[in-house]
Amino acid sequence: MAKTKETLLEIKDLKRHFRVDRKNVLKAVDGLSFEIYQGETFGLVGESGCGKSTAGRTIMGLYQASGGEVTFKGTSVHGKRSKKALKETTRRMQMIFQDPYASLNPRMTVKDIIAEGIDIHGLAKTKKEREDRVIELLETVGLNAEHRNRYPHEFSGGQRQRIGIARALAVDPDFIVADEPISALDVSIQAQVVNLLKKLQKERGLTYLFIAHDLSMVKHISDRVGVMYLGNMVEIATSEGLYEEPLHPYTQALLSAIPMADPQVERSRERIILEGDVPSPINPPSGCPFRTRCPMAMEICSRAVPEFKEHKPDHWVACHLYGETSN
Amino acid sequence: MKKVLSVNNLSVSFDTYRSEVKAVRDVSFDLHEQETLAIVGESGSGKSVTAQSIMRLVPMPPGKFVGGSIIFNDEDLTEKSEKQMESIRGKDIGMIFQDPMTSLNPTMTIGKQIAEGLIKHQNMSKNDAHVRGVELLKLVGIPNPEKRIKQYPHEFSGGMRQRAMIAIALACNPKVLIADEPTTALDVTIQAQILDLMRELQKETGTAIILITHDLGVVANTAHRVAVMYGGKIVETGSVDEIFYNPKHPYTWGLLGSMPKLDNHGEELKAIPGSPPDLADPPKGCPFAARCPYVMKACGEHMPAYYESSETQKTACWLLDERAPKVEPPEFINVGGSKVHG
Repeated sequence: MAKTKETLLEIKDLKRHFRVDRKNVLKAVDGLSFEIYQGETFGLVGESGCGKSTAGRTIMGLYQASGGEVTFKGTSVHGKRSKKALKETTRRMQMIFQDPYASLNPRMTVKDIIAEGIDIHGLAKTKKEREDRVIELLETVGLNAEHRNRYPHEFSGGQRQRIGIARALAVDPDFIVADEPISALDVSIQAQVVNLLKKLQKERGLTYLFIAHDLSMVKHISDRVGVMYLGNMVEIATSEGLYEEPLHPYTQALLSAIPMADPQVERSRERIILEGDVPSPINPPSGCPFRTRCPMAMEICSRAVPEFKEHKPDHWVACHLYGETSN
Repeated sequence: MKKVLSVNNLSVSFDTYRSEVKAVRDVSFDLHEQETLAIVGESGSGKSVTAQSIMRLVPMPPGKFVGGSIIFNDEDLTEKSEKQMESIRGKDIGMIFQDPMTSLNPTMTIGKQIAEGLIKHQNMSKNDAHVRGVELLKLVGIPNPEKRIKQYPHEFSGGMRQRAMIAIALACNPKVLIADEPTTALDVTIQAQILDLMRELQKETGTAIILITHDLGVVANTAHRVAVMYGGKIVETGSVDEIFYNPKHPYTWGLLGSMPKLDNHGEELKAIPGSPPDLADPPKGCPFAARCPYVMKACGEHMPAYYESSETQKTACWLLDERAPKVEPPEFINVGGSKVHG
C-alpha cells in the first residue's frame, strides 16, 4: 500500500463519450471516480471494450473529457490552460504504449526518439548533455550506449518496449500511464519488463496507472486494483483484498476464469463461467451494466444503477448485493 | 491408446535473402487418440511452423522440408501432393487459427463456410449440409443457430466467431484437431468458455488435439502432455504433471518462474535474461546455452542428447548427464505439486 496516501491524481465522475452517428452515442467511459496516491501502482483491469484504455487516455489528457474532471497535483488536466501550464503537465505525465512496434517512429534513431521530449521541454542545454542523458537513460532501462544510433526495426519487442520506457522517463515525470505495456511480449520478456518497471518505481518514486487485461500480472505489480465493466468501475480494492475477497460477481467470474499454471489446481477448481458476451456500450442495459450476464441478478438490478460505495475500508463496490438499496 | 500421428525428426527451413532460417530443427513427437498435446514456446520457437507443416500450410518456397517425416494413416504427409493434401485438410485434420477476425471469409455466410467442407469431403447435398451446420452451431453453443447460420462473420462477436471456427473445423469429424493459439485473441471470460467447449467436444468425439500456446495457464487447464519448444527444438516433453511439478530443463524452469502467481505478491519475477537465438544462425550446441544460468562448456559445442527420466518425460539437457554437476531445480518450482494452493 502507499505509505503516505497523499493523493496525486483525483478523478471525479470522468466521462468520455464518442458520437457514432446522429442518434447514437458510445459511452466508453461513463462516470469514473477514484484517486491515485503518490508512489503507488494503480492497476486498471477489464475485458476488451470496457473502456480502460479510453480511461487512461482521458486521464492523460489525450482525449478531452466529455464530463467530470481530472486533477493532477491540484491542477486540472482538462479545460483551458496556458501553453506553458499545458507543457508542464505533459512533462509530468507520460505514457508507455502497448505495441512497441507501432509506437516508435521507424524513421527516427533511438537517440532522437528518446531525446524528443528533452528537446521539446528544453531539458538539455548542450548537445553533449543531450547525448549523456540519452546514454544514461538507455543504461537505466538495460540497453547499451551503442544502441542510440540504431533504428527501431533493429530491436526485438522487449528491447523496443525498453526504448518506450526510456522515452517516457526522459522528461523526469511523476506519473506514468502504462497501457498494456507487456501484452505484446513473450512470457520470459514480460517478466523482464515488469521487473524493470518495479525497479524504476522504487528508484524514482514514480506513480503508475497500469492498464492490462492480464489479471495475474496486474495483481503482481499493483498496490490497488480497479475493475471496469462497460465504462463503469465496478470494484476497487487493494490488490490482496481484491484477490482474497472479490465482492462484485463480475470480479469473481473474472478471477475464476484465469487459468493458473498448476494442473492440480486447475483440475479441482470450480469455475464461474459467464454466459454470453459483453453488451454493446452504445445501448447498455438499464440499471446495473453487468446484470445481463450476472448469475446473481435480482429484480432491482434492472431498475436502479447500483451506487459505488465503500463496503469495507479501502474496498469499494458497485453492486446491489451489498448494503441496503436506496429505495 | 492408439497413435494417430507421429512426427519424426522434422526439420523445416525458410530461404531468405540473408540466409536459411532453420525454424524447426529435428522435432519428433507422437499424438494419441483422445489426448491433448500442448506445444508451448515463445514467438519464434517454431511451434506454429510445426503445426502448419502437419497441415502443409507452410508456403513452399520460401519454406522447405529439410528432413524427417510426418506419418498419418501410415502415409508420409511430407510427400503428398497439394491435390492429395486437399482431401486430408478439413477432413482428417482440422485446424483452428488464432485470429477469428481474419481467418473467416467475410464475404461468405457462416453456414456456407461450414457447408464447404461437408459438400466437398462427405458429398452432402446443400440441404443436408445446412441441417448439419445448424447441428454443429448448436453443438458449439451458439444460441439461435437457425438464424445465426445465415449471418456473416462481422455479425458475430469474437468469442462467437471462434465457436463458429471450431464448428467448421469439427464439421467432418477429424481425427486430429490443430488449435494454434485458439484463445489468445479472446478475453479471459470468453477464453474459459472456449477451453471448456474444446474439452467437452473432445470427450464426445475423441478427437486428438494439438494445442499451440504460449500461455502456461491454458496448458495446465487443458493438456495431457506437453512439449516445450525453444529455438526450433523440443527441449523437454512429458506429461502435464511432469512438466509442471518435475521439470528438468532450465528453460522450463525459467518459463515457470516468469509467470506471476496469484498467491505471491510483490516478489520479483524470475525473468530469463537475454533473448532467444537467431535461427538464421542457430548456435552449434544447446539453443538455450546463451541464457542458461547453469551453462557448461559442453553446452555451447554439442547439441544435448535426450535423457529419459520416465516413460513419458524426455529432456534435452547436458545437466542430466552423469558427468555433469548435480543441479537442483530452483525453489519456486512446485516439486511434486505438494504445495497445493488456491
